[in-house]
Amino acid sequence: MLVSILVSFIVGGLICVCGQLIIDVFKQTPAFMLSLFVVIGSILDGLGLYEPFIDFAGAGATVPIMSFGNALVHGALEEAEQSGIIGVIIGMFQLTSAGITSAIVFGMIGALLFKPKS
Amino acid sequence: MNNKLFHTVAEKHNPPRPLLKNCVMSFIFGGVICAFGQCISLFYLYFFDFSEETVGDPTVATLILITMLLTGFGVYDKIAQIAGAGTMVPVTGFGNAVIASAIEHKSEGYVLGVGGNIFKLAGSVILFGVFASFVIALIKLILT
Repeated sequence: MLVSILVSFIVGGLICVCGQLIIDVFKQTPAFMLSLFVVIGSILDGLGLYEPFIDFAGAGATVPIMSFGNALVHGALEEAEQSGIIGVIIGMFQLTSAGITSAIVFGMIGALLFKPKS
Repeated sequence: MNNKLFHTVAEKHNPPRPLLKNCVMSFIFGGVICAFGQCISLFYLYFFDFSEETVGDPTVATLILITMLLTGFGVYDKIAQIAGAGTMVPVTGFGNAVIASAIEHKSEGYVLGVGGNIFKLAGSVILFGVFASFVIALIKLILT
């Protein structure tokens, strides 16, 4: 149990360092870096590498934004197995809905509760 | 002064970015967020009826709920100034981008302000993520 926490600390930290290097060394905007990470995540899942990575690192792999791309591809392919090529469109958000729905719902609640600064 | 020359001159006068310090900070903060996520996952695994594969969803939702509180009270921005990419790359950064723009544009009204701007910062992540995933899923379907 402690080992899994330590592994996710190290793996998650290393992914964040990669993001920091993209911003600082290659002088890109944060939005570019995040979009790049999501695309990398979906490519990794297309190659079938992300699932073993999650088994290894746990939350170190699911918490960084790369898992968003992974979940998009995964949902699309899962649904495509059942309903053919149209399943890519039907199933795209099936596994990602937790992140997007909670961001939208909590965003609305936040806008209702909190006052903007300045 | 043309545009190119301006950029080279401006680049010379920029303060050098403290690369090592930024990397150490983003390693520590990003690692702590992921380790905290792992703790939440373990909590859901032991006390609720989730499997290893499905436990990611409630974990992400919980992290974004915590992000909403931190963003609303203005704490997240302060942490992000120290942590750099350490707070952007985890899913809390996505949550923060959505929630912060929702709160910030509240003064323009709920429909055009909050509704129109809620995905202002996070939109590019969703757009490129969905488009790339669509192409990759199609390629994989055709190849297999």
